[in-house]
Parts: sequence; structure tokens; C-alpha cells
Amino acid sequence: MLTRRFILGALSAAALSGPASMAAAADELYIPLVSKGFQHQFWQAVKSGAEQAADEFGVRITFEGPDNETMVDRQIDMLAAALANKPVAIGFAALDSQAAIPLLRQANEAGIPVIAFDSGVDSDIPMSTATTDNAAAAGMAADKMAELIGGKGKVAVVAHDQTSRTGIDRRDGFVNRIEANYPDIEVVTVQYGQGDHLKSIEVTKAILTANPDLNGIFGTNEGSAIGVVNGVQELGTKDLVIIGYDSGKAQTDAIRNGLMAGAITQNPVGIGYETVKAAVMASKGEAVPALIDTGFYYYDASNIDDPKVAAVLYD
Amino acid sequence: MSSVTDVKDKSPLANLGDSGAYQKLLAFASLIALLIGFSIASPNFMQTSNMIAILQATSVNGVLAVAATLVIITGGIDLSVGTLMTFCAVIAGVALTYLGLPLLFGVIAAIAAGAFCGLCSGTFVAKMKIPPFIATLGMMLILKGLSLVISGTRPIYFNDTPGFDQISRGSLIGEVIPALPIPNGVLILFLVAISASYILSRTVLGRYTFALGSNEEAVRLSGVNTDAWKMRIYALAGGICGIGGILIASRLNSAQPALGLGYELEAIAAVVIGGTSLSGGRGTILGTLIGALIMAVLTNGLRVLSVAQEWQTVVTGAIIILAVYADMVRRKKSG
Repeated sequence: MLTRRFILGALSAAALSGPASMAAAADELYIPLVSKGFQHQFWQAVKSGAEQAADEFGVRITFEGPDNETMVDRQIDMLAAALANKPVAIGFAALDSQAAIPLLRQANEAGIPVIAFDSGVDSDIPMSTATTDNAAAAGMAADKMAELIGGKGKVAVVAHDQTSRTGIDRRDGFVNRIEANYPDIEVVTVQYGQGDHLKSIEVTKAILTANPDLNGIFGTNEGSAIGVVNGVQELGTKDLVIIGYDSGKAQTDAIRNGLMAGAITQNPVGIGYETVKAAVMASKGEAVPALIDTGFYYYDASNIDDPKVAAVLYD
Repeated sequence: MSSVTDVKDKSPLANLGDSGAYQKLLAFASLIALLIGFSIASPNFMQTSNMIAILQATSVNGVLAVAATLVIITGGIDLSVGTLMTFCAVIAGVALTYLGLPLLFGVIAAIAAGAFCGLCSGTFVAKMKIPPFIATLGMMLILKGLSLVISGTRPIYFNDTPGFDQISRGSLIGEVIPALPIPNGVLILFLVAISASYILSRTVLGRYTFALGSNEEAVRLSGVNTDAWKMRIYALAGGICGIGGILIASRLNSAQPALGLGYELEAIAAVVIGGTSLSGGRGTILGTLIGALIMAVLTNGLRVLSVAQEWQTVVTGAIIILAVYADMVRRKKSG
């Protein structure tokens, strides 16, 4: 029985080594990207941008991220495994910068340049950061919201989380712009749905039940925004201005058929592309800018098919 | 008591020694097979730094899995180990960062909080007769919520407590043998495992843990206060989760209040890979430790091989089913 189990184990290990040895074969430059997430469409778009750059510059990349944005220690484990593979540079989007510092130092000492992306890394180790100015983008959402509800009324925010940089920046960017520029608009509540579609639906319905006279809701990421749309549909609420964030098929459909007024889109493909490009440059000892602004747009039914916008939307 | 513990194992060999001896050997062989397989597949796998990374990745899940093993042997289940760990980390954060207490008090507070929460779960199960799955599911959510409430939904950093991060990140072994900087977190895991193993095999509490899982009614009818013993086991498991909380907080140098959900399932996976029966009465800490190592080696190895992440998850699931199936085949034959 010992042998049986041993054979099973050995077989599974052998099965694993097949595709892997192919991947590890060539002596090409290897750049791992350790992201904050993996399965959401947004991260897949970042990944596709990174792959685009990998093809263009002839480097090999891997793209990994934990199942959800609370798993700080899992991300650290991913970073450790990435370092074991002796990369020429690393792309990293920290869930919690402090937690990653020992490993980032290790990379630094080994002379491996670190390029931060998305929410960045709060440390002086990264040579460059490729990111969206989230606060400015959410501020633009606030301006559009004010314009669409006629400069007065009540609005609410369905945010994705209270602790991450993007969660905080988008919430504060929106709320602060409303408070500073639109005295007749009141932000009645900010609620959190963890970016989960279903939870965001429940949050939205609770907000609408408590505030039947609400004029608008801002959803701070893809999951939140889709949750808002579905919650509003389930309750059959009319004349509510919904502004979302990021894209994805459900959100672009909602904009096309008028359920959602519009949304902010980052440039996730650009984030991935710029990260790998900067990593390649850094690995060759070339200078890279400390901050790479990957940009954002507000899009609605009128410009959703504009090539400039369509290029950064993902399904 | 061995007649109670080993009712399912009738082979003479199993009666001679530990009922889990076979399983431990088999699980250990799988672990070695995985290590060899990955070493052949990638030259970067078998490096000291990567082996240490694997051990470090095992430390928190290993401690939680030890806690889960104790409860599972009684025939129960503990779904709250992950969020209890987080809760204890937050308690340590409050004690050290918000209240400015000395390091030792923070550690004691976290472990005491864990033991208290474990005692609560134990009371729900033993006194109120709530099924363990439901009682600990409730605790899991209560603790997840309380962690967010107490921390003010923000991570609590330990920058004002010098030395706190050394509990897990530092390396006493590395100071003696510089070539082998095994982090203290790994040492703590082994200390916890050895202690738990001692409790299970050498103390009254340990014997009742197995007895409760094998035939609780028989134990009760023989005049034992089963409720009290069960509560003690849950409290012990809770205290161990408190140690887990210290480990993760120290490793991240922060208490992350939103973390923890999903960790219970990984702990339970390590327990079953290690040959502990989910129906209770059978299991070993060494098996659990090996189970946790198998999980960590697998995750790390697949990453080092650059296997696409979606496939890593598939393979991990398949290995869990394979491991438990191999164990069942073995038991059918030996039974």
C-alpha cells in the first residue's frame, strides 16, 4: 500500500512537471506580476495588457493574485515563490505594503527592480508605480453625478471596501468633491458590499428602502456598480442616476440600455502594459519615471463606442 | 481506552501501535514524492530560501489545522478557526498599539481571547446542544464582525511595539546557524504541534478527546462529565487559534481585520489529508502537520513551476480528493 500511494504521488508530480518544464525551458527574461486579484475581469484585463507587453519585448511573465483582497498573507507567499524563480524584475500591487516590506527588501538586496502597479506599494523600494489617480477619477464621477441630478438632492455610495487604498481613495474622492463643490447635495450614506455582486445588491436595496427620495448612487468598482444596477432593478426604482466604475459586460450593457448613466473607466490594459514595460526597462538598467499615470475616462452611452474608450473597456 | 479509539482498525499491526501510523507514513511518502517531483521539474524549487518560504507559508495554516484537529477528533468541526485567528490578532493590536501594553500582555491577551471564544463555542455545542457546524459557523461570523468593529475596520499596525514582528519573522535558529534562517513562526508551529500531540497521547484530556469522537454516549454512560471535557477541548483549540493570531499579526506586522474567511477550509483540508477522520475518534497531529506541509508544498511548487493560477486550484482540489480516497482504500483493506 505504501507503493500504491507513492506511485499516485509520483504520478501526480510527474503530470505537473510536463507543462512546467516547457515554461521554464528558455533562458528568456522572467518577470512575475503579483497582483491584488486574479479572477475579476479587471485583473484579467491587466493581465492581457501585461501579456501584450511581454510579447512585444520578448519576456516571459506570470500573473498571480489571491482569491480576494483580504488575503494579505497569501499574497506574501506568492511574492516569496516569485522571488525563488530568480526574476529580472517584479511587478507588485500590494494589498498591504507594510506586510510585504521584508520580501521587498530581499528583492532590493538581490538587485531585482520592483515596479508597483494599481494601488502601488507604500515604500521607497519600487522604482516606479503604474496607477490610476483614483481620487481624481472618483471626483470626476462626483461632478457628473451633480450635473445629472441638477446640482441638488441626495446621493449614496456603495463602496467595495473600507481598508484598501482604492476603496478609500474612490470613496473620499467622491464624497470630498461633493462636499467641497456642491452644497445642495447630501451624501446620505456610504455602505460597503466587498465588491461582491450579491452583497452589493442587498446593500443597495437597504439604502433605497431607507431613502426613498434618493437621487443617485455611485458604485466604486465593477462588482459594486453591477450590484447597484441589479438592486435598483429588483426594487423597480425609477429616475435614479447610477454612476459606476470600471467596465465588464454587465456594466456596459447597463449603460447602453440606459439603466446606468455612465461610469469611470481606468485603463487596466494600460496598467499591465506599462508595468511590464517599466520592468523590462528597469531590468536593463534604464531610467524609469517614478510615477506612470495610466489615465481614466468617464464614459456613457454617447461615447462608449468611441475607439479611444472602447480600447480600454473589457467584457 | 485503546479499544474505544481503535474500533475501526482491527489489523494486528494497528493494534500494536498508533492507529495512524500507516496513514502518517503514506502521507509522508506523498510529501517526499511531491518534493522530489518539483525538484526535478524546476531547478529553482529546492533552494534553502524557497524551503523556508514553504515552511513559513505552513506556519499559520499549520497552527489552525492543529486546533481544527482537536475539535474534529471529538467528532465536531470548527469553522471559526480563521476568523478567530483574526479576532485574536485584532485583540493583540488593541492591547499593544491602542493601549500601549508591553509585548507579553498582548500575546497573553490574544491567547486568552482565543481560549474564551473557544469556550463559548464549546458551551454552545456541549451545553446548548447546537450542532458544532452551526455553532462554529455562528462564531465565525460573530468574530469576523467583531474584528471589524473593534479595529474600526482599519488594519492595526505594530510599529510602536518593537520586537513584535520578530515573533514570526525573526529567526533564533538563524542566529546560531546563519545558513539556516528558519523563522521563529515555524518553531512556534512545531512547539504547538508537539504540545498538542503530547496532550492527545499522554493526558486524560487527550484520551477523552478520542473517546468523545468514538462513542460519546458510552463515555457519558460510564459516568464522565462529557460536556465539561468537550468545552475544555474547544477552549484549548481556541487558545491555539490565538497563537495563530499572534503568528499572522507578527508576520504581517499588522492585524488585518478583514482577513480570515476561507482559512478554516484550508485548515480542514490539511487535517483530512493528514488522515484524521471527519467522523471523529481517529487522527494525529503529526498527520495534520504533514497535511499542512503537503498543501504548502503543492501551492508553492505549482507557483514556482509557473502553472497558471486557475489550474493550481484545480490540482489542489484533486489532491485533497486523492489523498482522502487513498486513505479510505487503505482502511477498507486493513479493516
